[in-house]
Amino acid sequence: MREFDYQRASDVAGAVALLGADPDTRFLGGGTNLVDLMKSGVERPARLVDIRELPLDEIEPTPGGGLRVGATVTNGDLAAHPEVRRRYPALAQAVLAGASGQLRNMATVGGNLLQRTRCGYFTDVTQPCNKRTPGSGCPAITGEHHNHAILGASDHCVAVHPSDMGVALTAFDAVVHYATADGPGELPLADFYLPVGDTPHRETALPAGALITGVSLPPAPVAAHSRYRKVRERASYAFAIGSLAAALDVQDGVVRDARLALGAVASRPWRAAAAERVLVGAPADAATYAAAADAELAAARPLPHNGYKVDLIRNLVVAVLSELAEEAAR
Amino acid sequence: MTTVTPGAPLRTTSVGTAHTRIEGRDKVTGAARYAGEVPFADLAYGWLVLSTVARGRIRALDTEPVLAMPGVLAVLDHRNAPRVETGYTGLLGKPDPTCAVFQHDRVPHLGWPVALVVAETSEQAREAAEALVVHYEQEPHDVGFGGEHPDAYPADGFMPAVTEKGDLDAALASSAVVVDAEYTTPEEHHNPMEPHATTARWDGGRLELIDSNQGATWVVGELANLFSLDPASIRVRSEHVGGGFGSKGVRAHQVAAVMATTVLQRPVRVVLTRRQMFSLAGYRSPTSQRVRLGADADGRLRALEHRSLSLSSTVYEFIEPSAAVARVMYDAEAHHTANRIVRLDVPTPTWMRAPGEAPGSFALEAALDELAEKCGLDPIELRLRNEPDKGPVSGLPFAGRNLPACFREGARRFGWADRDPRPGVRRDGRWLLGTGTAAASFHAGAAPSTATATAHPDGTFTVRISAADIGTGARTALTLVAADALQVPPDRVQVRIGDSDFGPAMIAGGSMGTRSWSWAVQIAAGELLERLALGADIPPEGITVRSDTAAAIGALTPAERHSFGAQFAEVAVDVATGEVRVRRMLGIFAAGRIVNPLTARGQFLGGMIWGISMALHEEAVRDRASGGHVGADLAGYHVATHADVPRIEADWIDDPDPADPVGIKGIGEIGIVGAAAALANAVWHATGVRHRSLPIRPDRVLSAPAGAPDA
Repeated sequence: MREFDYQRASDVAGAVALLGADPDTRFLGGGTNLVDLMKSGVERPARLVDIRELPLDEIEPTPGGGLRVGATVTNGDLAAHPEVRRRYPALAQAVLAGASGQLRNMATVGGNLLQRTRCGYFTDVTQPCNKRTPGSGCPAITGEHHNHAILGASDHCVAVHPSDMGVALTAFDAVVHYATADGPGELPLADFYLPVGDTPHRETALPAGALITGVSLPPAPVAAHSRYRKVRERASYAFAIGSLAAALDVQDGVVRDARLALGAVASRPWRAAAAERVLVGAPADAATYAAAADAELAAARPLPHNGYKVDLIRNLVVAVLSELAEEAAR
Repeated sequence: MTTVTPGAPLRTTSVGTAHTRIEGRDKVTGAARYAGEVPFADLAYGWLVLSTVARGRIRALDTEPVLAMPGVLAVLDHRNAPRVETGYTGLLGKPDPTCAVFQHDRVPHLGWPVALVVAETSEQAREAAEALVVHYEQEPHDVGFGGEHPDAYPADGFMPAVTEKGDLDAALASSAVVVDAEYTTPEEHHNPMEPHATTARWDGGRLELIDSNQGATWVVGELANLFSLDPASIRVRSEHVGGGFGSKGVRAHQVAAVMATTVLQRPVRVVLTRRQMFSLAGYRSPTSQRVRLGADADGRLRALEHRSLSLSSTVYEFIEPSAAVARVMYDAEAHHTANRIVRLDVPTPTWMRAPGEAPGSFALEAALDELAEKCGLDPIELRLRNEPDKGPVSGLPFAGRNLPACFREGARRFGWADRDPRPGVRRDGRWLLGTGTAAASFHAGAAPSTATATAHPDGTFTVRISAADIGTGARTALTLVAADALQVPPDRVQVRIGDSDFGPAMIAGGSMGTRSWSWAVQIAAGELLERLALGADIPPEGITVRSDTAAAIGALTPAERHSFGAQFAEVAVDVATGEVRVRRMLGIFAAGRIVNPLTARGQFLGGMIWGISMALHEEAVRDRASGGHVGADLAGYHVATHADVPRIEADWIDDPDPADPVGIKGIGEIGIVGAAAALANAVWHATGVRHRSLPIRPDRVLSAPAGAPDA
């Protein structure tokens, strides 16, 4: 085992100070991903700053019907919170669709957003990987990639982001709050993850030395009628091969508002903005849903072994939106 | 003093009665120690370094800096490791050179052991092992397994590679109905919960191993041969073993540990990591199988051909004999079977639960289902019409073949009679529903074993046998067998297992363990009762009788001896997402005398659940470019979770064989046999699409064109 230092922070300013500008220091939340990566040698931090005792474990309603979620709230507490379940049911469903009870009781909201891809080449230090070792190559493109990206990927990396929670947060325009030595800041989740391009090792726009302090969800009445559907290769305890967070507001047979985000299709949770544009104002029927999916998937660039994801996502969009519309009509 | 009275009526109250595991409390409270946990003073830890190239030579190992690392005691590699002997034939044949570590500079596959780093702590050993730089002369490799490899050849293994009778082409040509289909199964891995682990030390001139294995005397025999030692100078103990499934014989870590303890003269422990197990613990070869069936319009088979291709490493010939299933199951005037292999730059595969039968029954029983569809026959009726009256290849009589009774009982309990045979017509919301069935069989063999039974003056007994309880409940089963044989309640009998000093015995493998061991226990107990019946006083050290079943097994009348079973499954398929979920499963088995219904049910269910895993989840992905695995851990390699396991039942019918001295058949493997076929057949019944490649994953379901008959 490689030795590392461990320190525990008790307040945000202290945590940020402890991290400093040291590139070999990592914040430790639940450790459900970081510790695995340390065991496999992907992460080799010299120092861990444990942030689990920071006073960031509250979920607070905000004026107008939104929520502010602290960074160290566990996934389990987030999914169980009555206001999350009432205002953003797809978010609670997304969290519950991930991992296991034990992991959800450890994993934190901030850590969930920063978890790394589960691409088998990334997690094997004997393999090349542009995300882990910039410039070493991407064996997934010509190798095993049946669960890799169909949207937004590049010749440098085709990995997908593994988070379920992040998909729902993306659908609901979440904003990430952070603290740095220079003061607090915020980033819309839509801008939080960087495009892959030729820098797949640079994953987020979070400033160096920043600590995620929380996530806020703006009020979104449409989110109260939302759903998360995750497709995976076994009934539990597997990452998505395609997922969808969707909210739909239908009045008089016409879509008034819609939120769609896709999981397991790109290097980040994928907001389906093109699909939303097709939906709003259109008749709430299967043809519209299919057209919306097609609009989003027009940009899909499947690899030889993941073309099924295009069909999967299209089918998911149609199925989930149909369900939401049917339920609203009842 | 004993309570045994000469001439008392035989008690058989323990066998057949549910009994919780004798060591169950120890296991759930953590009191049971496994091979990697037994404490030793002055223990050193070895960590294996595996090759990162798939073929080539070791040019250099930079051991100097590693030896300077904290706590590092030694680095063993091909330049300094003790030499071992591999030109012998052991219990199960010639040794796989993979276990003869550090003998040369050649690297025949990725994950080949190139060095062992030994240090004061496990953490130091690991850090040093990961820091060891190895330079290779890399050569081009070939890990590509496919249906038509030019270098494939027929290979025997433990049975003839090829059996042929009749004119296949003529019989096919004269058949009213023909099925000709290819089936594939992927590389699959057995990953017992307890990783492979051993602790080796020299103690008073004897080599002693605390080891996780499927047969202590087997390990002794292999190590004695490898290190040119007298078998009596080696003792292997395996009190508790956390799963084996065919993977726990002699492997690289035990040999490396023996080398290290010999060099360092202190105890050395080597434990495999989960990731190392994927290249060092063996696995099931992928298979590519072709089945051709020809039948009359009424479904009676005229032609049967089953050809299977599997792979092995370049260093050892291992055969997954999938095509042998039909040699037991079905007859035809033209009957051809062939097992072929191709040698690639991959680790050596090995026995994995129901070797041959598991993948072979998938292909054959799926093909039978296709034949039933083409004949317009119920799949069970088709099988009943093709029940052979003697071994299709051997010509020997069956020592019991209760397959029809399994189907009848299973059909009754599953509600098969109400089944609409049409595919793709049942819906429950987004799910299409279907049911399927398949037959199962597994050889009921026995191998020579020895046991001792000791009567103590206090009226208790001790039975000693070098059996292995790899999680099956063998210790408890043998206690029940011994209790009945000694005609006392089980609490008067202590059965001690997992110690090679108890003498040679069959391994826990081939579904032969309990049958073979029970036989030895019965004979020892019976002879002990005869001795006691003479009325002599029992001295303080007790009276001990030793048995050896070699002669009794040799005297068995030649016959086809097998367990049989009928598998039933109901699945739900969402063709929009590709998800396949199992709704219920039922397995009815004819497997001889069931010793402990509690653990027997667990064995059957475990096999059936593995069948779910095989049908829907398991696939090890080998990267052609590197030659290694992608996602070699239990996050990347999917097995069924609890949520994947539905309402599932296993039960058995009476299956007596009065002519058999023990009447016990193996139940370790038959639970998986036919399970994947029943599920695949149910997927067809749900969707109308034949999925002939496992696992039936969402991507495969989605890629099957709507209404297409094949996938």
